[in-house]
Amino acid sequence: MPKQWKAILKQLALQLFLLTVTLVVLFPILWIFSLALDPRNIDKPLSLTLIPPGASLAAFRRVLLEPWKLLCKNPNDPATCMTFPLLLKNSLLVAMGTSLLAVALGSSAAYAFSRFQFIGRQAGMLGFIVLIMLPTTGLLAPLYILLSQIKLGNEPLRATLFGLVIAYSSGFLPFAVWNLKGYFDTVPKELEEAALIDGATIFQTFLRVILPLSVPALAVTVLNSFMAGWTEFILAWTFLENPSRFTLAMALRSMQGQFATPWSDFAAMSIVMSIPIVLLFFALQRYLVSGLTIGGVKG
Amino acid sequence: MAAIEMSKDIRGRRQDKWNEFWQRLKASRTPWLYIAPAGFAMLLVTLFPYIFQIWMALTDYRVKNLRFNLLDSASWAKYAPPFVGLQNFVKILTNRLAIENYDFWRLLLFNVTWTVSNVFFHVVLGVIIALALNSKGLIGRRIYRALFVLPWAMPGYVAALTWRNMYDDRFGAINQLLGIVNHYLGTSFPTNTRWFVVTQPPIGGPLGFLPLAFYCVLLANVWLGWPFMSVVATGALQAIPKELYEAASIDGASGWQQLWKITIPLIRPAMVPAIMLGTIWTFNQFNVIFFISQGNPFGRTEILITQSYKLVSEQRLYGAAAAFAIVVFAILLLFTLINNRITRATEAYYA
Repeated sequence: MPKQWKAILKQLALQLFLLTVTLVVLFPILWIFSLALDPRNIDKPLSLTLIPPGASLAAFRRVLLEPWKLLCKNPNDPATCMTFPLLLKNSLLVAMGTSLLAVALGSSAAYAFSRFQFIGRQAGMLGFIVLIMLPTTGLLAPLYILLSQIKLGNEPLRATLFGLVIAYSSGFLPFAVWNLKGYFDTVPKELEEAALIDGATIFQTFLRVILPLSVPALAVTVLNSFMAGWTEFILAWTFLENPSRFTLAMALRSMQGQFATPWSDFAAMSIVMSIPIVLLFFALQRYLVSGLTIGGVKG
Repeated sequence: MAAIEMSKDIRGRRQDKWNEFWQRLKASRTPWLYIAPAGFAMLLVTLFPYIFQIWMALTDYRVKNLRFNLLDSASWAKYAPPFVGLQNFVKILTNRLAIENYDFWRLLLFNVTWTVSNVFFHVVLGVIIALALNSKGLIGRRIYRALFVLPWAMPGYVAALTWRNMYDDRFGAINQLLGIVNHYLGTSFPTNTRWFVVTQPPIGGPLGFLPLAFYCVLLANVWLGWPFMSVVATGALQAIPKELYEAASIDGASGWQQLWKITIPLIRPAMVPAIMLGTIWTFNQFNVIFFISQGNPFGRTEILITQSYKLVSEQRLYGAAAAFAIVVFAILLLFTLINNRITRATEAYYA
């Protein structure tokens, strides 16, 4: 059966190609694993072995279970130090808030840019992207001043996690708007027209037709904005004051000491921090690859 | 008589134009309502800092001016930096900044080369791998997809630090890997290459301005960057109705023809914005350059953003750094406008 042979050959070629990619992708990551298992806290393993001599999970245990001595309200009192669960909670709040806000605001704006002809459309869309072209090096100081002026309760918005969420999601909105607009463009307009004829309002078509059909792009946006909030540390270091609000990314960064870096702990922490992203990806994968499964439009 | 009639005519036409404009303005209300929340957030967080930065670029802002607070008038007289007009810009463009190995036009050439080569590999690899992962009957699809997101899942500077250590000349993984290859395949690659010190370009001719270090940071950033493009492409591939391929097959189109006539044109709308964003991100890719090559050898792998960071961290020239940021901005704006002209990314679907 030549047809079957062809399929097998194709499968083999694909597997060979994808396994090569996997090797390249995994090489640096396995290397970090080996560092994390190494008890010597060295910055590079002396040989290429996945399991170094004397390998142990001690670094993981330290990272997860011991209080973070670098992050304490009062360095003399270990009870005021941050622990992994507290850092995790803050990181989750920031990352989830960022992705929620970015997706909600971004999809709404992207819908307008994709589906309407209106005054200022081109300029508006360029306006969004223009705002991320200015490098952020000089942006910290003015943003600090500005967000310090806005009070939330009796403290400045800047020093709260909500302040971070606003800053991150705004930094992320240009991506959200552009990415979603690009995807909305690929959704056939006939589907909306049909809905409008059936008496749906514009908002309903947006909510019930466009959004469900754009799940892959929404998933990309959620994933990406979650990651942006999850890994950012420069703004967080500048803005937050109270160690009880610190995030995992800040903790990771704080390990890069002036004099010595505990490399095993650093590697273990890097791996631990990647896990939620991979889990989120697994959770979203179904949506990421489930676009227009219906026949869509005939014609 | 005729004059009066004519003026009536003009007035009428003006009225028409005004009505038409009014209609369009009214029609613009709904879309702008959809944009308003995002627009407001952007204005709040970015516009003010940007204006502040433009002002900073026109001054000689140094460490002592950091106490200056725009919203606290008491600090004005004491800490306001001196206004120097366009002096910072002139210094940047005419190479009169006091940093080692500084040459603006070389930096710009390198930065553009860096961006174009990176985005090219990100997109090509991203799309090819997305297509491979999307092919029918592939075994292990879910596992591959999850594995391939890993470079992207790692905090960017962790990946950068890892790559720097891997390029270590004595114990780095790359040199060790070459040693293993030599051992098993009998080849004789050098195993003590000092990746970021070698000044001899590996490829001469027109590419002679790119040191070995460029290819090292390129490899690292391609490793980091392709998964994003791949995920966007995967999403876009799902939106292509399967019927198109069936119809094409029936009409006798080859797989190659289907790729160029169906797949590529249909994922294009989703890829174009990603490419434009990728261009901006790569142009300002701080982590990879700053942590891996650190601009070596002799500042030849420095990009504009790392150079402007050095202005702040080494020289404390905040004003000049702000001017630098604006120069970068102008270049990117030009880049994007040209890009937009070619790709028509801002066109509405209904246009």
